[in-house]
Amino acid sequence: MEVTTYIHFAIHVALVIALPPLLLGVINKTKARFAGRVGPPWLQAYYDLFKLRRKGLVLSTTTTWVFRAGPIVALVTALAASLLLPLAGHRAPVAFDGDFVVFAYLLGLGRFFTIAAALDTGSAFEGMGAAREATFSCLAEPAVFFGLLVLAKASDSLSLSEMLGPSISATWGTAGAPLVAILASFLIVLLAENSRIPFDDPNTHLELTMVHEVMVLDHGGPLLGTVVYGAAIKLFLFAALVVGIAAPLGAIDPWLAWPAFVGAMLAVAVLIGVVESVMARLRLPQIPALLLAACLMSAFGVLLLVR
Amino acid sequence: MIDELDLSSWLVVAGVALSLASGLISLSSPRRAAALLVIGCGAAIAGSVLAIAGWTSELDAPWDVPGGRLRVGVDALSAMFVLPIALVSALGSIYAVEYWADGAGARKLRAFYGVLTAGLLLLVVSRNGILFLFAWELMAVAAFITITTEDDRAEVRDVGYVYLLATRIGTLCLFATFALLAAGSNGSLDFDTWRPALHGPLRDAIFVTALVGFGLKAGMMPLHVWLPGAHANAPSHVSAQMSGVMIKVGIYGVARITSLCDQPPVWWGITLVVIGVVSGVLGVGFAIGQHDLKRLLAYHSVENIGIIALGLGVALLGRALGRDDLVVLGMAGALLHVWNHGLFKSLLFFSAGSVVHATGTREIDRLGGLWRKMPKTGFGFLVGAVAICGLPPLNGLISELFVYLGLFRATSGTPGTVWLVAMLAAASLALVGALALACFVKAFGSVFLGAPRSPDGADAHDPGRTMLAPIFVLAALCAAIGVGAPLVAPALDAAIASWAGPRVAPLDVYAPLLTLAAVSGGLLVVLAMWIKYAARPAKQDVPTWDCGYAAPSARMQYTSSSFADMVVRLFAWALRPTRHAPHFTEPFPQHASFESHVPDTVLDRGVRPVFGVIGRAVGRLRPFQGGRLHVYLVYILATLLVLLLWR
Repeated sequence: MEVTTYIHFAIHVALVIALPPLLLGVINKTKARFAGRVGPPWLQAYYDLFKLRRKGLVLSTTTTWVFRAGPIVALVTALAASLLLPLAGHRAPVAFDGDFVVFAYLLGLGRFFTIAAALDTGSAFEGMGAAREATFSCLAEPAVFFGLLVLAKASDSLSLSEMLGPSISATWGTAGAPLVAILASFLIVLLAENSRIPFDDPNTHLELTMVHEVMVLDHGGPLLGTVVYGAAIKLFLFAALVVGIAAPLGAIDPWLAWPAFVGAMLAVAVLIGVVESVMARLRLPQIPALLLAACLMSAFGVLLLVR
Repeated sequence: MIDELDLSSWLVVAGVALSLASGLISLSSPRRAAALLVIGCGAAIAGSVLAIAGWTSELDAPWDVPGGRLRVGVDALSAMFVLPIALVSALGSIYAVEYWADGAGARKLRAFYGVLTAGLLLLVVSRNGILFLFAWELMAVAAFITITTEDDRAEVRDVGYVYLLATRIGTLCLFATFALLAAGSNGSLDFDTWRPALHGPLRDAIFVTALVGFGLKAGMMPLHVWLPGAHANAPSHVSAQMSGVMIKVGIYGVARITSLCDQPPVWWGITLVVIGVVSGVLGVGFAIGQHDLKRLLAYHSVENIGIIALGLGVALLGRALGRDDLVVLGMAGALLHVWNHGLFKSLLFFSAGSVVHATGTREIDRLGGLWRKMPKTGFGFLVGAVAICGLPPLNGLISELFVYLGLFRATSGTPGTVWLVAMLAAASLALVGALALACFVKAFGSVFLGAPRSPDGADAHDPGRTMLAPIFVLAALCAAIGVGAPLVAPALDAAIASWAGPRVAPLDVYAPLLTLAAVSGGLLVVLAMWIKYAARPAKQDVPTWDCGYAAPSARMQYTSSSFADMVVRLFAWALRPTRHAPHFTEPFPQHASFESHVPDTVLDRGVRPVFGVIGRAVGRLRPFQGGRLHVYLVYILATLLVLLLWR
């Protein structure tokens, strides 16, 4: 491989490590502006992470090592999955036929351990959050795979790097409608999987109504930092998936694509902030219906493609 | 030289003989029986490894049963099934030494465990219809006796009869299948003469009867009615053997019969894919509603048989449409999943068996916090749970990956019905994966994590070495296939070749997987070390925070039923859960109780009522079945006389 390929890989990894907390900052800033506040600094999430790193760790007597493994596995699997996802139209560092399955299942492994860690505390609140997380992801998964079917069929390949590679700009010309359908579906999944409004409110004060946030109530100090960072990377991954479809950066200059990609990611963060500002949380029983709608939207995408 | 000696076949035959012998010797000593069974299974494993390496062989001897010949052969396809059968049976016999040392009917159990193993081994190497049916019945009857080991319990007797009925109906269908096969190929009952039958007018009838007969054994939905009860109530090592390998002979049967057909119709493949989707989704749906740990595992067998059926279906579609890539991916996925499910399901049943052994209950909602008392068993269960969900880095991912790839490939360049079915199947597989994750994190979390929910497990502890050894061996194998997948590729190649002629399995997916495993393994170690050593030392002297409530008790925990409740409600259209909720009328609630459970819809709402009607209708024939042996002998004599006169 050429040297430039390695430079692109290095940029890929650097972005995955450095950018995610900024997305949280942008979302919060957007929400603050909507509310007429100044809001926390753009880099607040980084400060929080550094602060949490220095804190002590308090563990419940009920917990075992599974409790500590949860956040770590979630972070590692998110980082591993990031190696499979192409950014800015470049090939991902690791690409092979079927990598999309491994991508989804790596995130699944992270979910398994996050839920197990929540159940390890023996708290009813965390059990509640765990049950919701498990149920909602059951509905999100088919939506993702229907969407992947569209991408696979449109690009005639089975690797994420090809699906979201240069061919996507051609697909916009020939099969725009299916892409719009799955884009909408992926946006819904992004909000659901990352516990944003209207599925979950990260800032609510009532534990009974939370999903993700209530699962990590007992994590503190470095473990909480790991949770926050892992969740930020997961948000980054889903946003990058959306950007990969919406902005075919494989068609422009490979070096210019990077700043364009960062700009697009920040735009997605602003979009999430806007959604969170103008919408209220859904009632819990309505959430499955919205996720089913996402599934159906993706399924329509497939039908439109093969019509 | 080895070819002339027919070594691989003799080794497997020796395995059959030694397993039978272990059944007899077991009347004297459990350890000696286990040793003999392990040696026998070792021989069978050696034979199948030889066959996979290319030394396939066949033995043939006359047999005076009409139409029968003592023909056995070990090719790569048979070997793929001999390996897990021998491995799981041998580990089960080691496990049983401590697990069922002198429980109720221990001798009977050991004797028929050997017979069951012998039947299974003989079944997958038979090359003659009569011999096959003989082995089939050996297996079926021995399984009935092992399931009903605790026949003093009414529930056990009930599930035993359901199983017996199911297996009799299955055998009837197989009689029909083999009769049709013989009719289509000049009356011969040898496997290698059946090719014409599968290219003639009878082939659709053959396929349907075979699918029902073998599907009943495999537990494909909706033919699974016997499976959950039988697997839950049998001793755990028998559950492991039945769930891990016995139901796979149904898959073997379908694979063997379809291997004889070069150009199957498209609808065969579609049928199997549809069965796979139904079994997968509803299997895991029913599983998540269960309160009984072993019943939950049993329903997951239905789900995994569904995944295997998906693979087989894709392979058949590939054969029908002349698409080699589908043949290879589908068959590799199906066969590897046969192995994988054999490994992780036995692992889960052994671990669950240890839990039952230590606590005396299978009720998930009475357990909790067992990790502190039995960490080794818990570790085994955790490995099995991660593997069965198809999560990296374990073995389940590899076979599911093949099936996914097969389904995705089947959505392009194929006729309309095929891509529609493949598309829905791919999304259903994703649903199955997510549901399996929810189900197993529930089971693992409720049983091993949190605080104990009842005094049942108060003095629980890890079992002894003979029960832990099989657990560790299986956990290691799950990891080995997950990380060392290229090592099993030659076996898959050979088996696919013996099913459909020479093909090569795609191997380019393994190297990147290894990179990924290495990178994430390294990261994991670094982070774990950091949390453990570099961060400020952890204090562990406070109760769970529980949102400020000062005295949380174990009864306040989320139970496994509450965890599953949302999913069960989503699937209420199929699961039909029954709930007995209290109805409050007064302002101050009185004593109240809540109960919910998920019965088997097919069995309790379909099969039982129908068979009840049949039972009442044929009740008038009861006088003919008075339970006197000499009368039955008269019946047999009369039948023979009638048949002789009729000829």
